[in-house]
Amino acid sequence: MNDKVDVLIIGSGASGAAVAYSLADTKMRILCLEQGDWVKPTDYPTNGRDWEARLFADFAINPNRRARETDYPINNGTSPVQVVNFNGVGGSTIMYTAHYPRLHPSDFRVRTLDGVADDWPVDYETLEPFFAENDRMMGVSGLAGDPAYPLHHPPMPPLPLGKSGQAFGRALNKLGWHWWPSDSAIATTEYDGRAACINLGHCTPGCAQGAKASTDITYWPAAIRAGVELRTRACVREITVDADGLATGAIYYDADGKEHFQPAEMVIVACNGIGTPRLMLNSQSGKFPNGIANSSGLVGKNLMFHPFALTYGYVDEPLDGNKGPPLNLWSQEFYETDLARGFVRGYTLQLHRGTGSIVEAIASTAAGRLPWGEDHHKVYRRLLGHRLGMSTITEDLPEEHNRVTLDPVLKDSHGIPAPRIHYTMGENTRKMMDHGIARSKDILAAAGATDIGGEAPILNGGWHLMGTARMGTDPARSVVNEWGRCHDVKNLFIVDGSIWVTSGGVNPTSTIQALALYIADSIKKHLGDGTLFE
Amino acid sequence: MSTLPLTDAEARDLRALAGVMIPASDTYKVPGADDEAIFADILKSLDRDTADVRTALAHLAKLAGGAFADLAPDRRRDVAATFKQEGGAPLGALNRVVLLCYYRDDRVMRSLGQEPRSPFPKGHVVEQGDWSLLDPVKKRAPMWRRTS
Repeated sequence: MNDKVDVLIIGSGASGAAVAYSLADTKMRILCLEQGDWVKPTDYPTNGRDWEARLFADFAINPNRRARETDYPINNGTSPVQVVNFNGVGGSTIMYTAHYPRLHPSDFRVRTLDGVADDWPVDYETLEPFFAENDRMMGVSGLAGDPAYPLHHPPMPPLPLGKSGQAFGRALNKLGWHWWPSDSAIATTEYDGRAACINLGHCTPGCAQGAKASTDITYWPAAIRAGVELRTRACVREITVDADGLATGAIYYDADGKEHFQPAEMVIVACNGIGTPRLMLNSQSGKFPNGIANSSGLVGKNLMFHPFALTYGYVDEPLDGNKGPPLNLWSQEFYETDLARGFVRGYTLQLHRGTGSIVEAIASTAAGRLPWGEDHHKVYRRLLGHRLGMSTITEDLPEEHNRVTLDPVLKDSHGIPAPRIHYTMGENTRKMMDHGIARSKDILAAAGATDIGGEAPILNGGWHLMGTARMGTDPARSVVNEWGRCHDVKNLFIVDGSIWVTSGGVNPTSTIQALALYIADSIKKHLGDGTLFE
Repeated sequence: MSTLPLTDAEARDLRALAGVMIPASDTYKVPGADDEAIFADILKSLDRDTADVRTALAHLAKLAGGAFADLAPDRRRDVAATFKQEGGAPLGALNRVVLLCYYRDDRVMRSLGQEPRSPFPKGHVVEQGDWSLLDPVKKRAPMWRRTS
């Protein structure tokens, strides 16, 4: 049997890395189990000529397509949005755009402000120092002074506007609408041992330069130097409990399929909005026959995705294409509630740089825009490098019927049940999406774009996975309390996107990590006054 | 026994179809997708799309009433047009593999003004742009809702 540890963290992604780093200064014995591998910088697609091809193979965003040995299958059922993620050290920070907005103050108070869903038990002001600490650790570029946010100061200057950014800027100025350089977890200068961005192109499938902040190159080196152990190829099946209902550790499989038990004084789950409820629902015992810490019945429920709508057109002037990080601007013009729009809450428009040549050809052929035959070459040359696109990130409100369950048939290579997704888009989300598409078309028209196209919702758009083990002060209406501890199991914590009460309308990684740092800080405070497990 | 993912007949049909999809062009000085080197790359790259491509080719052969590659050029175009309408997801996979290989060919990339190289380590240059465009936005009052 393995030696007992003080803290067992399950998952090494955005939140697991942050909580490991923060707790390391307690000098407790901390172990993180990660089901995937370390990814070497030389493995990333931009090292090779086949970089775009690998977006459809071993670096596909959809795990069912990617089908690595370290991935688990997902039954997306009839969901119009499919789950995308990555399994490895760094988790989905390996495979994200590093678009890095924070939630807004209003996002934590939706019941009070707009009469929907629930308020969070924490607020922006509480998280503000943790946002700042996380920006410093991840290395964030951006520009202070965005009128859509409380003032904050990203540590590095913003990504370049480029041709695409200027085209958007002129169009949005013509309309009198907000736009701003994004906070991006991409180094624009040398930063903490990382090299500056050299515009390799699409950043999503990992950055060979190391300019994009994934936690394998930010938090983890610091945590490991401070004594945290990270054990890879350790696929956790279940969290175990004793007769008193306290967590005792976890059972996992190693790379050879051999079963192990890892005992621990406390367990922290960091597998995000799909992996976390899957693990908890699979952790069944006499004490918790419906899954660990699930007396509320809410584990797996209230899944929120941020359904995306892609809208694009083509302008005459040459743009940046695939050169540079794909996202460098946002518009928050329609973020805060205006009931005259016919829906509550709002959305972000994230403004895209462009696509690679192969993705342009595939997308335009699928859309019927790029013909076969003699005209192919002429039409393609008019499209390539001329695409101006944006996506609407809608705030998805919590609905209990949107949920994750254990699939009764589909299993991973260790025989662990796969997650099954039950999801439909709500009426408010649909109205919001329609509004976002219409406003996107206004922007494209102002930019002089033609050949307007789009995809709504984006099928492979389930990047943001939230709400399936929500936080709150009422044990009947939430899974974890206001500092991430499970109501039912006093030594079990959750620190990932599953604890979100509402989704906001921005990419969640920055806030997920700020929350993880806040929970780690709370753990340390309660450890200090002897109330951690009370 | 052949180690190729397709039978000879399937490979012939795929090559003929690739030539219909993207023909060679004197105007742009590019080969077609049925070019020997490009087609060899296509055959090597079917990978996880092999089953879909075989399904698509079976559909194509059915529409052709036999070997698509044996049809006269005009008839090929007609059958290909029908196939494009009816091919569905398997055709999407076939189309993707053809495009993946075609647009990474050195000759094709050069004709598009691109350097035939990996993005790393040289990267690309992106201009900073005119930051004064942001001036009107900087003048806006705070837009975020206060909660207290």
